[in-house]
Amino acid sequence: MKQFGGPVLFLDRSDINTDEIIPAKYLTAVDKKMLAPHLLEDLKLAGFDHADISDKGIRVIVTRANFGCGSSREHAPWALEVNGITLVIAESYARIFRQNMFNGGMIAAELSGEVLDSLFEFAREGDVSCDIDLSGQKLCFTGVSGNSREIDFQLNPFDEALVNAGGWVEFADARY
Amino acid sequence: MGKTITEKIFEAHLREEPFEGTKVLSLDVVMCHEITTPIAITDLMARGKDRVFDTSKVKAVVDHVTPSKDSLSATQARILRDWAHRHEIQDFFDVGANGVCHALFPEKGFIRPGYTVIMGDSHTCTHGAFGAFAAGVGTTDLEVGILKGVCAFRQPKTIRVNVTGSLGRGVYAKDVVLEIIRQLSVSGATDRVIEFGGSVIDAMDMEQRMTLSNMAIEAGGTSGLCMPDKQTVEYLWPFISDEYKGDKTAAEEDFRKWHSDPDCEYEKTVEIDVTGLEPSVTVGYKPHQVRSLKELADVSVDQIYIGSCTNGRLSDLREAASVIRGTRLAEGVRGIVSPATPTIWKQAMEEGILGVFMDAGYCVVNPTCGACLGMSTGVLAENEVCASTTNRNFYGRMGKGGMVHLMSPASAAAAGITGRLTDPREYLKD
Ligand code: SF4
Repeated sequence: MKQFGGPVLFLDRSDINTDEIIPAKYLTAVDKKMLAPHLLEDLKLAGFDHADISDKGIRVIVTRANFGCGSSREHAPWALEVNGITLVIAESYARIFRQNMFNGGMIAAELSGEVLDSLFEFAREGDVSCDIDLSGQKLCFTGVSGNSREIDFQLNPFDEALVNAGGWVEFADARY
Repeated sequence: MGKTITEKIFEAHLREEPFEGTKVLSLDVVMCHEITTPIAITDLMARGKDRVFDTSKVKAVVDHVTPSKDSLSATQARILRDWAHRHEIQDFFDVGANGVCHALFPEKGFIRPGYTVIMGDSHTCTHGAFGAFAAGVGTTDLEVGILKGVCAFRQPKTIRVNVTGSLGRGVYAKDVVLEIIRQLSVSGATDRVIEFGGSVIDAMDMEQRMTLSNMAIEAGGTSGLCMPDKQTVEYLWPFISDEYKGDKTAAEEDFRKWHSDPDCEYEKTVEIDVTGLEPSVTVGYKPHQVRSLKELADVSVDQIYIGSCTNGRLSDLREAASVIRGTRLAEGVRGIVSPATPTIWKQAMEEGILGVFMDAGYCVVNPTCGACLGMSTGVLAENEVCASTTNRNFYGRMGKGGMVHLMSPASAAAAGITGRLTDPREYLKD
């Protein structure tokens, strides 16, 4: 199973597509690690500084609706994975992106728009870190001042089985 | 309670339901291209599981960047090529025989009504035009598809889109699908299947239906299905005539078993009357940002691109050529046309269509995805504008900082004549 949790990057926009997560010109990569420096390279978003990803050691992304829309490229979750980002929290996802996350043993968690509003509000005070209790299905956000917020989330049993197995290849290979 | 076509296909292919709502389906076709497959191949090799579940059900093509443009794309092609040869995959299409996957594979007769099809490519929904459940997947799903011939899906709900009325002059399947996406929005069909029906769809041939189904994903749809009918039989006839002993009516009857039942349950039904629909174009970076072309006459363009899995088929080239015939590209405008497969290329050549493009100043390139995804044969420079027959206008899609306006082949052709976004109706000859 993968490791989850750590410093959070907040991306306050809906419909962030896979071209923004990893531009098509890097699809010629034959090794996932080649993608690492190019994650979110073309994202245009006020307040977003590309250098933060490595400088702050980002491990979690919190964003809005329809994250990962666009092409089916699994390079998008891989670009996250090779940066150590294994947990994404959003209001909703494009189907293929969401499936790709769990297929790789990573988590694409869903929270309501209101809960996300409150998290974006919380993040205004400064950097936030997130921990996950997988079996208890809880997310815990801690701010710079030590303030924390605990939020319930849900994983369906199949997604949870994929996370526990380490991904779909492992799951399917053992089963079919 | 009746069933939708998707429910019927799921039932017929259900291998297991390991958890409620998660359906593991057996696959009829697993399609592979050189962008998303190599990492699946190298991962299978690293796991010591370099196997293929059924070499007759796995199809492969080098199409996205071909002939290879640099060492990296050459390496991707080589990984796919070596793998296809190693496993003796009969249906592997390389330089000289290759073309854009979603145009090439239907042309080869690989898709049938009721099939389950996956590919590591979001526009796999194109094959829904045949009444198949065809879905784009990621590389890991593809990897398991290659190894085990299965894929897991949550049973999608169906949005039925009924298209009625009559299409005006200069209005094509592309304009219809842009209108559908405008109404549904880019996420309106996420986790859903779109079922296209109504008199306008019934009257469309398979090429037009493929244009329609191709863009289901732009509304977030997992697949976009049309009911298999007479048109489907016509298109597939060279491949199925033996099976149906030369009896087209029997084939049509048989295909009917996949039709959604009259009393099936749709999540919702959207009624679209296309009477009065104008030639359309996208503005901005989302495919649902659609406007009528005549409102946008002062937007100038640098490049025309005619091709792709959306509109690179013979009927598309004919439509564009009928607008272009006897004209020249406007000063300073580049025109690029990529017939989507070698068969289309050759036929367009024989019909004199390629000559029409060339006389107008177009560059005719080989069948490839190329510029559609900003990889080769027509990448845009910063701030350049392209009138394109492709399916995606995302920021950076055809080159960083470039702007892509999506439209029909006739509309793109008209833009080439004036150097601005142009209502094609002024240039239609009939
Ligand atoms: S033509 Fe464009 S949209 Fe179609 S498969 Fe190729 S890259 Fe994808």
